[in-house]
Amino acid sequence: MTTGRTIAEKVLSAKSGANARIGDIVVCEPDLVLGTDGSTPMAIDLFERMGGRTVLNPERVLLARDHYAPAASDATRGFHARMEGFVSNHGVELLEVGDGISFLVALESGRVEPGDLVIGADSHTVTCGAVGAFATGVGSTDLAAAFLTGKVWLRVPETTRVILDGALREGVDAKDVALELVRNLGTDGASYAALEFVGPVSDTLSVECRTVLSNMCVESGAKAGLFPNSEWRSDEDARFAGEMYIDCSQLEPKVARPHEPENGVSVTELVGEPIDWFFLGTCTGGFAEDFRTALGILDAGGGIAPGVTVVVTPPTRRIRKTLEEDGTLTGLQRLGAIVTESGCGPCCGTSAPIPPPNSRVLSTASRNFKGRMGEPSADIYLASIRTCASAAISGRIVDPRTVA
Amino acid sequence: MITEVRGRARILPDRVNTDYIISSSRKKESIDPSELKKWLLEGVNTDFAASVLPGDILVAGEAFGCGSAMEVAVTAVRAAGISAVVARSFARSYYRNAINNGLMPVECETSGMNENDDLVVRIDVCGVTVTNETAGTKVTARKIPSLVMKILEAGGLLPYLETHGRFVEDTR
Ligand code: SF4
Repeated sequence: MTTGRTIAEKVLSAKSGANARIGDIVVCEPDLVLGTDGSTPMAIDLFERMGGRTVLNPERVLLARDHYAPAASDATRGFHARMEGFVSNHGVELLEVGDGISFLVALESGRVEPGDLVIGADSHTVTCGAVGAFATGVGSTDLAAAFLTGKVWLRVPETTRVILDGALREGVDAKDVALELVRNLGTDGASYAALEFVGPVSDTLSVECRTVLSNMCVESGAKAGLFPNSEWRSDEDARFAGEMYIDCSQLEPKVARPHEPENGVSVTELVGEPIDWFFLGTCTGGFAEDFRTALGILDAGGGIAPGVTVVVTPPTRRIRKTLEEDGTLTGLQRLGAIVTESGCGPCCGTSAPIPPPNSRVLSTASRNFKGRMGEPSADIYLASIRTCASAAISGRIVDPRTVA
Repeated sequence: MITEVRGRARILPDRVNTDYIISSSRKKESIDPSELKKWLLEGVNTDFAASVLPGDILVAGEAFGCGSAMEVAVTAVRAAGISAVVARSFARSYYRNAINNGLMPVECETSGMNENDDLVVRIDVCGVTVTNETAGTKVTARKIPSLVMKILEAGGLLPYLETHGRFVEDTR
């Protein structure tokens, strides 16, 4: 019988005070509880109906106004007002419109540490696995329960190891690895499981690149996407549910065709496809360095093609400031890009602008479901920011390795 | 404690996502489950909502409830008077939201079940079984852990916490 434990078992044992083994249900005390303007208004109602009077650990709660940034209707203004009322009664921190996406703000402000348990009523909370935290998405009811009790019930998941071997070639980015991962696993290939990234590529990726992989684990149904570190790692004799191998040296830039993130193909298969609407931003691949890369490619290529729309949304205020200070945002605007308020932007159709009917969109987002950006007739393709910017030069998909 | 749910099987295909259960465009108009149930499963069958009866048991294939994690895809099912969903597998977020809203998720082989079969889901100390009285067959389902069972028996996490104010199974 094995005695070794996975990272998931270690973190959930530490946070529950129990010997948490795979398959057990444990009641844990999260270090950080995140909510968004999409999920928190319902959670506040539920909290009050549960009889809640005080939030148990208000200092562990962080709420964001990221999906409706800015609020553009009475209903969404109402959601924000509800959140404002709640935080003033309970001493909870509420981010301003424009501060950015909940879990990215948590990460960049240093609120997430290796070995932490983070829950968030946003499925992409898994992104915090990039720094070795066990981070997972929950529902509004769980959020309400966490306000009331400071706790959450969790099933200890199986862990599948993802071995990222070889080395990334020039022009191939973390987003391409993520699209390959999701293509390989399929939409529910990792359901209930935690993914743990190991191997030479995993070890050398920057934290920013790690977030892209942790983020997109959820597109395969995973509960968490973890990068181990020297302190928080699985024991060698831990019980793993499986292993997946990706030879990064073989990877090419990828594009996911509509309408599933798992529809990734090599960019070479789609060269020449016309695109009229580009979206650069979101919680998966919109870091400062990414926008600098985009500007570099566009400048070198002679700018944005006529008639093409490029929307730029920095995911957090901090990233926005960096890009303002180094001139990247001005540079993009000079080329004709529309720069929006920081946050989720047009990713899920909750903030303007929305792609026009029958448009063909190339986006750095993580999801391309039909209607995802608020326009059901739009075809959404997903790719790295390098591939997106390269295509914006001509308005057609190109292999980014053939562009300056 | 023994729990039994009896009902008529309503067969659904594989990979019914939350948008097929309740379309996003309906969610924009209202998130009130008693309103939303009028459009239940219209993405699969536009006549479904008109033919559903309280007590029916949904029987699905793989990855029931995949896609967006919106809880209304569970609360609308509950509002239609359905208290159990039998599926070969569930999306994680649907499984979790189902438990928290008192909708029993039963994971087992569903290939021998047909439309309108009389099903009995039984949960006791030995585990979870689904008996198909029409076909005369019985399958064993994935065990439901005791804390989850307590939440389901209470009718969901809201009534559970309304009663207890905390997780009572937490021994710390
Ligand atoms: S950027 Fe898109 S995927 Fe990320 S949290 Fe916002 S809406 Fe969700």
